[in-house]
Amino acid sequence: MEPVIVFEQVHHRYSGEAEESLRGIDLAIESGSFTAVLGHNGSGKSTLAKHMNAILTPTEGRVLVHGVDTADEDRLLDIRRSVGMVFQNPDNQIVANVVEDDVAFAPENLGVPSEEIRRRVDEALEIVGMSEFKQHAPHLLSGGQKQRVAIAGVLAMQPEIIVLDEPTAMLDPQGRAEVIATVTRLCREKGMTVVLITHHMDECVGADRLVVMSGGRIVADGSPAEVFSRVELMESEGLSVPETTRLLYDLDREGFDLPLTALEIDDCAELVARTLIK
Amino acid sequence: MPELRIEALTHVYSAGTPFQKTAIENIDLTIPQGQMIGLLGHTGSGKSTFIQHLNALLKPTSGRVLCDGKDVNADKFSRRDVKWQVGLVFQYPEYQLFEETVYKDIAFGPKNRKLSESEIDERVREAAAFVGVDEELFERSPLELSGGQKRRVAIAGVIAMRPGVLVLDEPTAGLDPAGCRQILDNVAAYREKTGSTVILVSHNMDDAARMAERLIVFDHGHVAMDGTPEEVFREPRRLIDIGLNVPHASAIAMALRERGVALEGSIYTHEQLKAAILRAKEVGAC
Repeated sequence: MEPVIVFEQVHHRYSGEAEESLRGIDLAIESGSFTAVLGHNGSGKSTLAKHMNAILTPTEGRVLVHGVDTADEDRLLDIRRSVGMVFQNPDNQIVANVVEDDVAFAPENLGVPSEEIRRRVDEALEIVGMSEFKQHAPHLLSGGQKQRVAIAGVLAMQPEIIVLDEPTAMLDPQGRAEVIATVTRLCREKGMTVVLITHHMDECVGADRLVVMSGGRIVADGSPAEVFSRVELMESEGLSVPETTRLLYDLDREGFDLPLTALEIDDCAELVARTLIK
Repeated sequence: MPELRIEALTHVYSAGTPFQKTAIENIDLTIPQGQMIGLLGHTGSGKSTFIQHLNALLKPTSGRVLCDGKDVNADKFSRRDVKWQVGLVFQYPEYQLFEETVYKDIAFGPKNRKLSESEIDERVREAAAFVGVDEELFERSPLELSGGQKRRVAIAGVIAMRPGVLVLDEPTAGLDPAGCRQILDNVAAYREKTGSTVILVSHNMDDAARMAERLIVFDHGHVAMDGTPEEVFREPRRLIDIGLNVPHASAIAMALRERGVALEGSIYTHEQLKAAILRAKEVGAC
């Protein structure tokens, strides 16, 4: 797989801050992959996300999107077109009074012909499962629905890469599940490259790759099963691990001899049941 | 310290219009002083409408709320007095910070109550200590603080009223795991030290299981379940049917039982699950 976003020794220091928020990041995001970035507040994960479509540019090092340096201001539009961003608060991202107008906002600004806009809006709402709400007022939707409209708005720009910066932080469990299912489908069915920034470890379970950030550095990087199985590391970073991993880890120390790789509840139960029932 | 009694409480929004909606219907509950209650239910189940009746922010369509036997809506004085006794922390309370300094923001409630300067000062320092807001931050603008710090300042503003009942609507929403733990620990410490009743509205079953001694589950404006965590989590299927999650440990226990593993007791914490599995191993699972 070819990398679509490449970080090369990226440092970032916000003006007026003594400490760097990013301290030498090397990272390549592969085309069509689903990457989750986990870390707690102040770990640098949002700063990392904002480098992916040139909202921020490195104070040292460089970020390449399809080989284009994000610091190249002449190419800003190209970068923003290929990398769409979704943010935390759905209320801050909705601009129109009708769902389909909201989704049409970006392509209209890009000067896309109106028939093409119609097609894109319908398709985007279809992908996020919000077609039946296209004539509704966004402010009357639930948080999860609003966030799916915001995702549709990004999809209408037809980016190849979608970066979501804590899109579920303000949602209830049902809204979170809706958004994560939508995002997963974008990658698995539409082949989009997805980068999901989150502090909910259970949202990382379905990703191809899990990157853990702490203190502006990448402290773990691998498949979710690999990363979560490093229980001591995760705990020393103040992060928890899924209950499944924690259980397998504890049972292992009680002499059960279990691999720590079963993240889904059914897989974990299957493993434990097999050791118990002989 | 007050006891709350809720009698046949019903609230209908926009009554008599096409948008009429019954948010809660015929709720009967007694909340003795000092309990730590987890209030569960999905969005739209009526939880928020319910808690706004506890300090007379909303007036019942029918039914009553009694604080120490006195109807909180009896007259304008009782409606005011109950606001000192029942402190409500809304969702995302940090959006309601508005004063120039952290100190002034925490002092706002006590000041409105026309307490003496020294009494206000004592309460501000006490409330800040409860929620872990350092006194060095007192002269800073609340808007300069991090999300977690802002949230704690907002909670301190309510605690400074020394409410006998502290109601928190999703106090950990949007915070990272470390921030969540800190807030919940602060709330537990507040209750321990003051003997106050705490009502914690939460979507997070793991938090509710860990923190509360009593769980009240709302569904479609009614109380669907009410009991100790052990009682409520003994029926994980029912919670799932209501559309709620169960604690992760309960979900794993269910999956194990479905596979024929005999686990004893009501399981909703990691420790219980681990202990039950170790017991099952000792006695032979089937």
